[in-house]
Amino acid sequence: MSDYIKEAIVNGIFETFEMTLFASLFSYIVGMPLGVILYATSKGRILQNRIVNGIIGFIVNVARSLPFLILLVLLIPFTRFVVGSSIGTVASIVPLTVGAIPIVARMVESSLNEVNPGIIEAAKSMGASPVYTIIHFIIPEAVPSLLQGGAINIATVLGYSAMAGVIGGGGLGAIALQYGYYRYQKEVLWTTVALLIAMVMIIQEVGIRLSKKTRKN
Amino acid sequence: MANVFELTNVSKTYKNDGKEFTALKNVSLEVREGEIFGIIGMSGAGKSTLVRTLNRLEEVTSGSVRFYDEDLAFLNAKQLREVRHSISMIFQSFNLVNQRTVLSNVEQPLKIAGVPRKERREKAKQMLEIVGLLEKADVYPSRLSGGQKQRVAIARALAAEPKVLLCDEATSALDPKITGEILDLLKQINQERKLTIVIITHEMSVVEKICDRVAIIDDGNLAEVGEVTQVFSNPQSKAAKKLVFPSNPFEPSNPGGRVVRLVFDGTQSNVPFIANLVEETGLKVNILSANTRSVGGIGYGQMIVELPDSIDEQNTIISFFEEGGLTVSEVD
Repeated sequence: MSDYIKEAIVNGIFETFEMTLFASLFSYIVGMPLGVILYATSKGRILQNRIVNGIIGFIVNVARSLPFLILLVLLIPFTRFVVGSSIGTVASIVPLTVGAIPIVARMVESSLNEVNPGIIEAAKSMGASPVYTIIHFIIPEAVPSLLQGGAINIATVLGYSAMAGVIGGGGLGAIALQYGYYRYQKEVLWTTVALLIAMVMIIQEVGIRLSKKTRKN
Repeated sequence: MANVFELTNVSKTYKNDGKEFTALKNVSLEVREGEIFGIIGMSGAGKSTLVRTLNRLEEVTSGSVRFYDEDLAFLNAKQLREVRHSISMIFQSFNLVNQRTVLSNVEQPLKIAGVPRKERREKAKQMLEIVGLLEKADVYPSRLSGGQKQRVAIARALAAEPKVLLCDEATSALDPKITGEILDLLKQINQERKLTIVIITHEMSVVEKICDRVAIIDDGNLAEVGEVTQVFSNPQSKAAKKLVFPSNPFEPSNPGGRVVRLVFDGTQSNVPFIANLVEETGLKVNILSANTRSVGGIGYGQMIVELPDSIDEQNTIISFFEEGGLTVSEVD
C-alpha cells in the first residue's frame, strides 16, 4: 500500500469516527424524546393518546422502511439546505442523523417498555405527575437497557456511514469504494472492512460493559 | 371518631373487547381513623380493585369514595396528586426502583412533594431507622431480601407523613416468619404514629393478627363487615363462614347423622366442655374436627361434632352447650 493510501485510511478512521459520533448524538437528541413519546402515548401507558401515537408511529415506520441508500439520495436537497453542500464528511452527518432517528426512537421505546409497571403504579400512588414519573422513575430504571440499545444504534450508524461514501461522503466507506472497489485495490478494501468490523466490535463491547456496570438488579 | 374513607355504593365494571366484567358491586363501607382495617377475600374477589379505588388508581363506575369528606371523583389531576401524598401504598411486589439506592427510593415521595434535598435526606434516614434498615441506606434494592425490600417500601410510604397506609397483599410474597415481622412493624407504626392502615389480603392469619375490623369481599360484593373478633367468632354470611371455618375434613361415621359446629368465643376457652358433657349427661359426641386461633390475644375455637342418633339426646346436648355460652350451628 502506498503512503498516500495509508494516510487516507488514517484520515478515514477519523472521519468515520466524526460522522458516527455526531450523527449518533444528534439522532439521540431527536430520537430519544420521540421514543419517550411513543412509549408514553401507547395503549395503557401514562399519557395514552391514540392520535399522537398513531402519527409519530406512522412517520417512524415509514422512515424506518426506506432503504438507507434511497434516503441518502432523497435527502440531498435537504442536506444542501442545512450545511450548504451535499458532499463530504459534515454533509453525510445529516442523512445519517435522519436515518438513525426512527431506529433510536423504536429502540428507546422498547427499552422503556421493559420497565416493571408496578414501579409506575407506585410512582402514581405517591402523587407523581406523568412527566415526573417518566423522568425520575421510568428512564432511570431503563438506563442499562438504554445503554445497550445505544451501542446497537451507534454500530448501526457506523455501518450506515460507510454507505454515505457512495454519494460523496467521507470516511472509511468512501475509501473502500474508491480505492478498493473502483480501482480493484483489494488490500485497501479488506483493510477498511477489517477496520470497520473492529470499530463495531469495540462499540458493542463498551456498550455491553457500561450496561452491565450500571445494572443494579 | 372520624372516617378516613367512606365508600357509598361503589361499583366497578371493566369493558374489554365488548365484554363486561363487574369487579365491584355496590360496596359501602367506612374506614375509621386510627384503625387497622382488613379487606379479605379469595383471589379475584375484587379486593385489589377495591383498594385502588381508595387512591383513585381505579376510577369507580358508580358510587362515591370519600377521603375525609372529600369525594375523590371531583378532584382534578393536580388536586388528586396532592391528596395522594396523604394516602401511601405498599405492594406485594414491593415496586422499588432497582436502579436507585435504598435511601434515594425512600426520598422519592419527599422529592415529589418538593422537600429540599438536605431535609428529605434527613427525613428518609429517620424513616429507615424506624424500619430498622438505616445501615442499608446506600445499598441497591437487589441486594436486599424480600422482607427488607418491604421494609424499605414501608419507609418510603411513611416518608411523606401520610394519613393512611394502603397495603396491597403486602406480605403475600413473604414467608410466614417474615410476614409476622412485617405485621408487627405495621402494628407498631399504627400505634406509635396513629396511622390508619388498610390491609388487603387473602390470608386469614394476617387479619387475625393485626386487624381491628374486617370486610369480607366475595365475588365483588361486600359479604360482611365488622369487628374481627365478632366476624371470626360468629360469621353471618356464607363467604365469611367459608373463610373462617375450613371445610370439614371428615365424613360423619354414620351417614345422615347430625353434625353441628360449636364455636367458642374466647370467654369459655378455659372450660372443658366435652368432659363436662360426658360427666353431667352421660352422652357422648364424636369430634370430627377442632381448631383454635388467637384473635387480638383472645383464644377462639370451633369444633365440629357428630351427635348421637336419638333426637332427644341431640336436643339435650345442644341445650347443654348453648347454656354454657357456645354458639351451635348446623353444618351444611
